[in-house]
Amino acid sequence: MKEFSVLIGGKAGDGIKQAGIMAAKIFGELGYRVFLYDDYPSLIRGGHNFCIIRASKEEVLSHNNQVDLILALNRETIERHQHRLKKGGEIIYSSRIEGVSRGVGIGFEEIVKELGGIPIMKNSAAIGALSALLGIERQVLDGVFEKNINKQLDLNKEIAGRAYAEIKEVLFKVERLDSEPLPLFTGNEAIALGAVNAGLDLYIAYPMTPATSILHFLAEQQDRLGVVTVHPENEISVATMALGAAYAGARTMVGTSGGGFALMTETVSFAGQAEIPILFVECQRAGPGTGVPTYTMQADLLFVLNSGHGDFPRLVVAPGDAEEAFYLSGLALDAAWHFQIPAFLLSDKHLSESIFSFTYPEGEREKPPMVAWKGGEGQYKRYAFTESGISPLAFPGQKGCIVKATSYEHDEYGITTEEPEKIMKMQDKRLKKKEGLVHFLEKTEQVKVYGDRDSKTCLVCWGSTKGACVEAALELGLKVVQPLVVEPFPERQFRQALGSSNRLIGVEVNATGQLSRLLSSYGIHMDSTILRYDSLPFTPDDLKGRLKEATS
Amino acid sequence: MRSIKELGTYAENTWCPGCGNFGILTAVKKALVEAFEGGMKAEDVVMVSGIGCHAKIVDYVNVNSFYSLHGRVLPPATGISLSNPELTVICHAGDGDAYGEGIAHLIFTAKRNVDITLIVHDNRVYGLTTGQFTPTSPEGFKGRSTPKGSPERPINPLELVLSAGATFVARGYSGKIGHLKNLILEGVSHRGFSFIEVLQPCYTFFNTYSFYNERVYELEEGEGGTSDRNLAVSLARKWSYDSVDASIPIGIFYKEQRPTFQERILGDRPLLKRKGQDVFGFIKEAV
Repeated sequence: MKEFSVLIGGKAGDGIKQAGIMAAKIFGELGYRVFLYDDYPSLIRGGHNFCIIRASKEEVLSHNNQVDLILALNRETIERHQHRLKKGGEIIYSSRIEGVSRGVGIGFEEIVKELGGIPIMKNSAAIGALSALLGIERQVLDGVFEKNINKQLDLNKEIAGRAYAEIKEVLFKVERLDSEPLPLFTGNEAIALGAVNAGLDLYIAYPMTPATSILHFLAEQQDRLGVVTVHPENEISVATMALGAAYAGARTMVGTSGGGFALMTETVSFAGQAEIPILFVECQRAGPGTGVPTYTMQADLLFVLNSGHGDFPRLVVAPGDAEEAFYLSGLALDAAWHFQIPAFLLSDKHLSESIFSFTYPEGEREKPPMVAWKGGEGQYKRYAFTESGISPLAFPGQKGCIVKATSYEHDEYGITTEEPEKIMKMQDKRLKKKEGLVHFLEKTEQVKVYGDRDSKTCLVCWGSTKGACVEAALELGLKVVQPLVVEPFPERQFRQALGSSNRLIGVEVNATGQLSRLLSSYGIHMDSTILRYDSLPFTPDDLKGRLKEATS
Repeated sequence: MRSIKELGTYAENTWCPGCGNFGILTAVKKALVEAFEGGMKAEDVVMVSGIGCHAKIVDYVNVNSFYSLHGRVLPPATGISLSNPELTVICHAGDGDAYGEGIAHLIFTAKRNVDITLIVHDNRVYGLTTGQFTPTSPEGFKGRSTPKGSPERPINPLELVLSAGATFVARGYSGKIGHLKNLILEGVSHRGFSFIEVLQPCYTFFNTYSFYNERVYELEEGEGGTSDRNLAVSLARKWSYDSVDASIPIGIFYKEQRPTFQERILGDRPLLKRKGQDVFGFIKEAV
């Protein structure tokens, strides 16, 4: 089998995500590339949760609607999802669910009860049964449990083992591949790790889905990774605390979703004026307003690009998978510190909370160094005029200098000024840094191209939509262009990437085609757009259908 | 070692003649000179300010400074001290900053016991925006946004920070510079969040000089400044910020020791001295 997909569903509180992760780890252990889509409503108990785990011999960056197996812990799962089953697909279900017409019923609850477990452990039974039905060796199952379960490992293993033993017949055999297992990370974990790799000292955040798991991950791993995490009273405190920390020398990142970012925008502008480096991670969710908290959208692109009053340079990057997230968060943090600007990483629920088989980005990344003050003659000037507009950085506590940072317009020392000539000169100094930023970015890959490079039809997408877009395009023989950097917009690389394509289709998960509108301002016009804004991501199978309609 | 003169800058002072801020500026400079004489290093001092008349103080003192946004004094100060706990962070805020726009930060900074000092320049009127009522203006205050008189009662900031968990609570008066200087020195040397409310007349929009001169008295040794919270609250309640027939105590109201936010968050591993960010090893282990 080249690839297969399993849907696991139950009610919130059943440990569905944990079961999904265990399944993904098992497939990963066998050498498969996996993608896990996690779907859950905004509540703690009772609603319907499901995840789709897609395993493939090749790189896989999205799930499909169609699945080969459904693992149902409750009736609702079958009712909601049986239409997804491919021909020949099967349902594995709790035998407490009556009247199921096909598949295998197993007494998950009975096994748990008999062995003295607690109700949530039926997810271990489910994983045991799934492994047996897929012909996966027992030691692979045990190994994954041992590596990933801390609490009551033996009992969970016993429960999984009992369910495993109850299966007498293999539904279809999942072969072990030659490939080495890859680590599995969510997009958020990749963002966090990329930043730590670029020397992150401090992560500050107020919980907000779908950014929260960055905070959870870094808080849990803080000692291992050498970072500090803080959870303050609100996003305003988050962002301004981060600026203070950066002023004193700590590489700092903050993370939130659109609503939280709205509160941070005064700090965006402050960072621009005071030239304090900071990395904002904005994990978009379906808006406007509180929107649909646990579902996805790409509707904050123009908001982030235009956030903060006044004119100042900024960097905005938009990764489309975990590897790009790792690469771009590190690049953005380094660039923020080199150019002393605010930088932004745009993610969304679909990237942030999906799980990817992670490959370490190949090759050396460009690492612009911090421009440090080297001491010397005369008084330190925090905002010294230089050729590049970048003033050497010093920090309070450093001997022989006084560091004055300010939100007011200021002179070279950082003292307030209201003199027109000085105001203009300082504005020009800050804006000058954009030239250097553009020059630096030209050395990096800012735009990616996939699929048939000679195709006249080219899909233009950004962020997590890449996964579905690239897969659909490969099958239909089309081309895909994806900008990784959206500000400063890489116009030259983008036009080069479009090449001779003359039919451009913008594919975005928002209602108004925000990237398409941005591209128009550079004179690049989409011939049509395919938009999805029901709070769900594109999948390759549904996108293929819409592309066929659009191109016929 | 710096002198008062060396602590000045070339910035032109634009406070109104008679402004209470001058008294606070002098007290701060005197406190700094004394602290430097006692061994504090000038490069280790950071002043943080909000926005308003008070905030110009950072332009007038030749030390490290962070001129923040309105209301956002305490979060960046917290960030600065987390980054480098060896720094002495002295915050300046107006009553609009501390008790209006940034009141959530005040409560949480007290709750966390962040090891910084906050000096509130409380003139009980918005000066730079030309005379509106503030959170501590008396009820009925006729400002330009409340020509019929403020419809709100003032808050009592001392009671507020005491209940929020501040570990050093004091009040000074800009007309008593020597006394204020001592409060600042005590606050700076206190390990934890030091809150110093300073009564400060606004010569132009709310001239309270004679009001305070007639009512302010210094707490005697032993009258406050202990970890007796009830005593501190009763001292704070002697004047409601509204009444005119009260005497107004100044001095240290409350003082206690408990672990600071920096100690709790950082332990014995200062942020900028942490080592070993082995991401590659972490990723390998995750397989």
